[in-house]
Amino acid sequence: MPELTNRFTSRRGLLFGTAAVSAGALLAGCTSNESDDEPAANDQPAAEDKPGKEVTIGFAGPQADHGWLNAINDNAKSRAKKYSDVTLEITEGSNDTAQQIGQIETLINKKVDVLVVLPADGKALTQVGLKAMRAGIPVVNLDRIFNTPQAYRCWIGGDNYGMGLNAGHYIGEKLKGKANARVIELAGLDNLELTKQRTQGFDDALKNYPNIKKVARQAAEFTVESGQAKMAQLLQAQSKFDALWNHDDDQGVGALRAIEQAGRDDFLMVGGAGALSAFQAIKQDNGVLKATVLYPPTMAASAIDLARALGQGKGVSGMAEFEIPASLTLYSAVVDKDNVDTYMSTGFK
Amino acid sequence: MTQHVSPPRDGTDKTAPVGQPPSWRGMLVRADVRTLSLLGVLAVLILIGGITKPDEFLDTRNLQLVLTQASVIGVVTVGMTFVITSGGIDLSVGAIVALSSVWATTVATQEYGFGGILFTAVLVGVGCGLVNGLLIAYGGMVPFIATLAMLASARGLALQITDGKTQIVTVEGVLDLGERDAYVLGIPPLVMVFAVVTIIGWLILNRTTFGRRTVAVGGNAEAARLAGIDVRRQRLYLYLLSGLCCGIAAFLLIILSGSGQNTNGNLYELDAIAAAIIGGTLLTGGRGTITGSVLGVLIFTTITNIFALNNLQSDVQQIAKGAIIVAAVLVQRRTASTT
Repeated sequence: MPELTNRFTSRRGLLFGTAAVSAGALLAGCTSNESDDEPAANDQPAAEDKPGKEVTIGFAGPQADHGWLNAINDNAKSRAKKYSDVTLEITEGSNDTAQQIGQIETLINKKVDVLVVLPADGKALTQVGLKAMRAGIPVVNLDRIFNTPQAYRCWIGGDNYGMGLNAGHYIGEKLKGKANARVIELAGLDNLELTKQRTQGFDDALKNYPNIKKVARQAAEFTVESGQAKMAQLLQAQSKFDALWNHDDDQGVGALRAIEQAGRDDFLMVGGAGALSAFQAIKQDNGVLKATVLYPPTMAASAIDLARALGQGKGVSGMAEFEIPASLTLYSAVVDKDNVDTYMSTGFK
Repeated sequence: MTQHVSPPRDGTDKTAPVGQPPSWRGMLVRADVRTLSLLGVLAVLILIGGITKPDEFLDTRNLQLVLTQASVIGVVTVGMTFVITSGGIDLSVGAIVALSSVWATTVATQEYGFGGILFTAVLVGVGCGLVNGLLIAYGGMVPFIATLAMLASARGLALQITDGKTQIVTVEGVLDLGERDAYVLGIPPLVMVFAVVTIIGWLILNRTTFGRRTVAVGGNAEAARLAGIDVRRQRLYLYLLSGLCCGIAAFLLIILSGSGQNTNGNLYELDAIAAAIIGGTLLTGGRGTITGSVLGVLIFTTITNIFALNNLQSDVQQIAKGAIIVAAVLVQRRTASTT
């Protein structure tokens, strides 16, 4: 009996399967996202352009499941391509700690000259960083920092506190002289330490402006969907305010949609991270978005520069030291209408 | 869990077997008490919102906002209610919404305009539902595992299509539906779709053979098979229905957010299951209520709204949300058992 039904099932399954496959084929043409845009990358000239000793750089990053991480990968790849003396060994990105450890160990076994690591979780990957350093492979730790400085030769990353600080100062200056100014904050994922740091920086900056009061804060989840939902609620809660800081341009797409749907334009908005869509909106200057604070994905290109310099035993040109620094915190520049053209090419999608 | 369900397996909120007056009446009363207690919870929430933020909460725009935010997850929950009523589960709803929304907003799809986006969103949803249904009904896979597998692959495919990028919709016809100008008599189009899906869902579950079969399969699949119901085909249709709801929800989400992103529909499966359970649908199957599910969704959305209006942070929101789920279920149990 079971065998009989099984055979019957598989034939029917085949029929349905065929229907599904053909429906799929019909749709398959629609998955294309081809466009002629260049990937986000930095055109800044590389540190020392004269080819030197051949360097093999191993690169391990997390899964590029959102725009910023995707830009990190693009920046690393395109930078490495610019150097004729650099070979890039890039692993498939993973958010799984165990898998990323395995990938880095493979790179260590391959005896790459230098490692660039953007850990999925900085603390969890400390051990493998230590292992690489002990094996004599210098590690450039990108953005998400390891537990101990012993696990990296050089750390380079963004400044979350500085993002909040600069956003706060920008808004503070814009609202100078306005009595009882009201400011609201659309934060990112509250589970993350970086969100707390951004909010802390923002609050600290606002303390310099006694005329400004932060009246509301809601946390979205770095996604368009959550940005729209939380912003719609914030707009309903606050019938009047003067400025808004949104931590992240990705969720900002949703936030701008909510603002448009509510028909509001009586305030100024500052974004965060530096997405292409945000740069374009700032340049057009016909909406509420007037500026964004950078968390530059070009740091991956700089990490390749540093790794190459390490591999060739050089320092950073333009500095007196013979060695590259142990730690580099990048500046969170404010991009507004005046300087947006400079940064346009670094915008990510 | 199923023991306390009274002998007649048919337990939807309004229908009952004819010819058994006592249990028929008992069933009706119990169902009504269940719905009434949910309405009571909602009334208390509205009272809290009205007291804490009278100007912002008791406002037409806020009502429109709450109902709009409820629409997307509401449509998903209607489909989920059918699946759970049949004793199944669909963990893949969030991932299907994500996949549908990104597939429907690629550069290539957007070239076909409004129709192309709608068609793709719905067809991808139905397609995923079909695969789920085939695996479960004819492949003999447990719903939990089959839909878990779909969750993983649909999210993966969504990521592959977007490459992690946000796909912004430029088709005016789609975007316009989310603007205030599109409201008819003050009702947003999204809310209308939600209402229509709810009414159709209610009619199917309570007034059709299909609905009765669903309940029968959930109550006792073997008995249903012996009674001449093609259980496997019924299951296939149910997951297809859930997929269809996900496709519709994805289209609503595209209108609402003006974009497609692979992170869309995050944890919808849990929200939809929670709303259905709070509403009074049995997780073990055999009893389902669309009215209850929709009230469950409205309760969740109203809570979120009140918290945001009062500027409470996510940590407090999450703690309170958990407490309210427990409270709502306890209140329901009590009121249901005392009658």
